[in-house]
Amino acid sequence: MARMKFLCDADRCIECNACVTACKNEHEVPWGINRRRVVTINDGKPGERSISMACMHCTDAPCAAVCPVNCFYTTADSVVLHSKDLCIGCGYCFYACPFGAPQYPKVGNFGSRGKMDKCTYCAGGPEADGSKEEYEKYGANRLAEGKLPLCAEMCSTKSLLAGDGEIIAQIYKERVTKRGYGSGAWGWKTAYRETIES
Amino acid sequence: MASFGRYIRVVLGAWAFLLIVLMSMPSSAQQVNPTASSVKEQQLLQELNRIQGRVSIPDQRSGVLEQPAGRDWREFRNVTLRWIGGIAIIGMLAVLVIFYLSRGMVRLESGRSGRSIVRFTPFERFVHWMTATCFIILAVSGLNITFGRPLLLPLIGFEAFSEWSQWAKYAHNYLSFPFTIGVVLIFLIWIAGNIPNKLDIDWLKRGGGMIGHDHPPAYRFNAGQKAIYWIVVVGGGAVAVTGYQLMFPFYLSGIEGMQIAQIVHSVVSVLFVAAMLAHIYIGTIGMEGAFEAMGSGTVDVNWAKEHHSLWLEEQNARTGPNEARSQPAATPAE
Repeated sequence: MARMKFLCDADRCIECNACVTACKNEHEVPWGINRRRVVTINDGKPGERSISMACMHCTDAPCAAVCPVNCFYTTADSVVLHSKDLCIGCGYCFYACPFGAPQYPKVGNFGSRGKMDKCTYCAGGPEADGSKEEYEKYGANRLAEGKLPLCAEMCSTKSLLAGDGEIIAQIYKERVTKRGYGSGAWGWKTAYRETIES
Repeated sequence: MASFGRYIRVVLGAWAFLLIVLMSMPSSAQQVNPTASSVKEQQLLQELNRIQGRVSIPDQRSGVLEQPAGRDWREFRNVTLRWIGGIAIIGMLAVLVIFYLSRGMVRLESGRSGRSIVRFTPFERFVHWMTATCFIILAVSGLNITFGRPLLLPLIGFEAFSEWSQWAKYAHNYLSFPFTIGVVLIFLIWIAGNIPNKLDIDWLKRGGGMIGHDHPPAYRFNAGQKAIYWIVVVGGGAVAVTGYQLMFPFYLSGIEGMQIAQIVHSVVSVLFVAAMLAHIYIGTIGMEGAFEAMGSGTVDVNWAKEHHSLWLEEQNARTGPNEARSQPAATPAE
């Protein structure tokens, strides 16, 4: 099985936010929640870079480690998913996550957190693949249909790559060699404890 | 201030000089390298241990791109806290069991007099029991978050554990309000008797009467009770402030602040639980005649004489010893 990863080539990202919109539309993500976002560092200054970020589906994921009810699981493709039936909305995964991926719909009183929502790598949840329940809770399950995450699939500059870690790392390496520069695979060291040498 | 101003001038001068030198150097780089000036992930992380930028979506808080500090927090939550909590709570229980087996219940040495004296008013008892009830539920539901996954989840399974934890979370959130009110009221109604004074040093030196059969004099609250009072006020205040910080995310701080809040909240809480175990022990099986102070609100005069001699004198001076209510010894208050 493949080890699925995301890679954002910051030298190609033009901050169009299409990945953000595509994700929201594909999964009918609730209002106020963004499973993916584009962050611009040093905005308006020389050397500015934009990075599209969502759940990185970490190796030895911190969210899964700290969850008090153990609602996370890792699929055969190394995608980190969780069960909204088990989640109690405590907020712990959100304290532990290095990428700010977990979010909670506001329910009821004060800051009361609902069931956590995050990027599923377009791989749904524990319910039967492609079922109505799965779609309502987690959104589309493209992986089960043999498709890659929509954000990366429709990225117009092919900045955002998704797929087997080794393959996308190879694509990135070739790019860097050809054009002569690359600012690295953002978040890889934190998420996967490895980086792409280029 | 003068030296600071001089320092600023020197620094500005140095920078200006550096700028002139750099500008006068011939530009050697002919080829454009777009990454030469670009931001570097590792460099940004080394500077702040956090990467923050701008987002165009309304949720401005998502501008934090990366904060690996969550890794340290994870280590605390999964390892450090479990050690601190385990040692504090199991250690305290062990100490209490050993103490009970060796010392036993601290008896009323002069027996019951049959006369009782009011120790806590109904309002004081209401405040105590409201806070105490909330505390026990908050403690159990809080310990569940830290110890439930390794201890309880394997026993009852995922669904049942999640269901219970969900209710525990609601109880924890909602009962924080009466608990906080209770802590504030405790602070106000008992502050007068809980200011530490010289008598406390003597009381502590003589082991508070817990070891041996000594009865050091005390006013309304002895040094041990004062310690419990300040643990409740300071500890309760700390858990309330940090708890609300976690309950109202982003009102007071960002994620890094919430990690610190959780660390303070949990460490203070487990120590608080350990302290309250000792408090519950001494108020029930640890000492004869102590529970009725919070139970019925009255204590036996002999109990007051042994444990709070100066308080009893004060009360007698105020009301006269004959006004202490007489009760048949056969029906001790609980």
